[in-house]
Amino acid sequence: MAVQSSFKNMVLCLLVICFVSSALLAVVYAVTKAPIEAAAAAKTNNAIAQVVPEFDGTPELSQINVAGTDYTYYKVSKDGAVAGYAIMAAATGFSGPVSLMVGVTADGIIYNTSVLSQSETPGLGAKCTEPAFADQFRNFNPAEKVLKVKKDGGDVDAITASTITSRAYTNAVQIAIDVYKAITTGAQPDAASGASVSANGSSEPENNGGQDNE
Amino acid sequence: MEDRTMSKLQLITKGLIKENPTFVLILGMCPTLATTTSAMNGMGMGFATLFVLVLSNMAISAAAPYIPDKVRIPSYIVIIAAFVTILQFIMQAYTPAMYETLGLFIPLIVVNCIVLGRAEAFANKNSVIDSACDGLGIGLGFTLALTVLGLIREIIGSGSAFGFKFISGDGILVFVLAPGAFLALGYLIVLFRKLTAKK
Amino acid sequence: MEYIIIIISAIFVNNILLSQFLGCCPFLGVSNKLSTAVGMSGAVCFVITLATLVTYLLQYYVLVPLHIEFMQTISFILVIAALVQMVEIVLKKVSPSLYQALGIFLPLITTNCAVLGVALIVVTKEFTFGGEPHMLNLAESVVYAFATSVGFGVAMILFAGLREQLALNKVPKAFQGIPIALITASILALAFMGFSGLV
Repeated sequence: MAVQSSFKNMVLCLLVICFVSSALLAVVYAVTKAPIEAAAAAKTNNAIAQVVPEFDGTPELSQINVAGTDYTYYKVSKDGAVAGYAIMAAATGFSGPVSLMVGVTADGIIYNTSVLSQSETPGLGAKCTEPAFADQFRNFNPAEKVLKVKKDGGDVDAITASTITSRAYTNAVQIAIDVYKAITTGAQPDAASGASVSANGSSEPENNGGQDNE
Repeated sequence: MEDRTMSKLQLITKGLIKENPTFVLILGMCPTLATTTSAMNGMGMGFATLFVLVLSNMAISAAAPYIPDKVRIPSYIVIIAAFVTILQFIMQAYTPAMYETLGLFIPLIVVNCIVLGRAEAFANKNSVIDSACDGLGIGLGFTLALTVLGLIREIIGSGSAFGFKFISGDGILVFVLAPGAFLALGYLIVLFRKLTAKK
Repeated sequence: MEYIIIIISAIFVNNILLSQFLGCCPFLGVSNKLSTAVGMSGAVCFVITLATLVTYLLQYYVLVPLHIEFMQTISFILVIAALVQMVEIVLKKVSPSLYQALGIFLPLITTNCAVLGVALIVVTKEFTFGGEPHMLNLAESVVYAFATSVGFGVAMILFAGLREQLALNKVPKAFQGIPIALITASILALAFMGFSGLV
């Protein structure tokens, strides 16, 4: 059935196949480039719209350096006044980074949070995306409540058997608060404010007795 | 090796039961175990593989007479990889959520033994149309297997079916995790053998 | 310190076979005998480490500067296929005894999804070893790849040992072969879940 192999036709054949494949890919890439970018933009815009109060116009993308790390945030405005900030923040969870979009209103209250990506265990840590946990951060006023899980003396109910994920989520929100403060006042977080910017708040020793293993 | 008189319909249906890639041929285990945490995910992976399988089968069947024997495998791999990348673009553009869930396992369709296996065993010695039917049949069999496995794991593991929750609270969590994947597939193959043996 | 975390995490916590389901085909296919499992693990170890080194350089020094990241899947698999061929030829010349031991497994490795999987993971996924989420650098990638393949070997050899014992037992007919192997793997995966939270 197949052609006899000789060095010349083998090289020629591979070259032709590679060339045709690459050409085909380049064409498909060019065609789908715009929709792919649109899909990614739609995802970001959805996340922003979810976490900040109603706004008009398009969110304004900026970056800020807080304690040595660059953070991306979007400023949204309504009727010319700043309505809030959507801040991207991440912290180390149980099996990888937990990345959030955190919305902070102009007066420093957390409006809402939304998970951009996480790879926590399904059924345990992955529950951080569910309203039962995430809704605790809706209208959370960091001036009145303590942004830590209850086990660490705060006001956030941790997910059962998933303290590390809950802590990571809470830390990411705290990072967003620090970024918000840096945006509005230019203040860098003071080292005394605890686990804030270090991104890895679980440095203290734990004695969970093996139960809260996430 | 394939029966010349086999009708197109037989080519399609044989992939579903008699030569089911998952339950009978035991091929493509990695995506089968990894992506079936829910019925929807299993189905998405199944259709993604189906897409690549049909197109690569057709392309390979058309190109086979011109490919020298010694560079057969690398040529097939390049053709398959091209279709996988095309699938990646399409999914990124139109089903970004599914693309993100399946993640790494979309590019890994390239090394799915089912795809290369069909190219070697069927597509390179049959007509384009027959190869398309074969790809469709095997792909549907794979999709069916993944959906069933995903459904079972979802029902037991999280108490829902196709995302529709019918019991409150959690299921038996281990079924959504790694050990449950091996266990569920093991028992499913046993069940499949019992059911097909009776006929 | 960070390297120790990477090594423990890759071998035990996120074992490539038992928690990420990459490389399941050889895991189920050639784990009947301990000696073949050892041979396969050795070959995989060699190829994964080398392939990750080469694909990492390819990604950051060729694909990214040229803005042709969309050729990732196709170029990675080509590099791996070529690498496997090359390793085979070199090994045959340099160390015939090692070639005798690993030789028959080498062609199988091209389609082992663990190889392409690890190569893709290191250039696409963010890791959190020792602090903030970041992409791996070259040294970390190679250490990660090597540790991952050691994890592959550990799981493979443990599993082959279990299956050798299993072969001496009476297994119900429907469970013979793959199903009982899958159920054994499930129990092994349960055991490996005990490592989670270690790092």
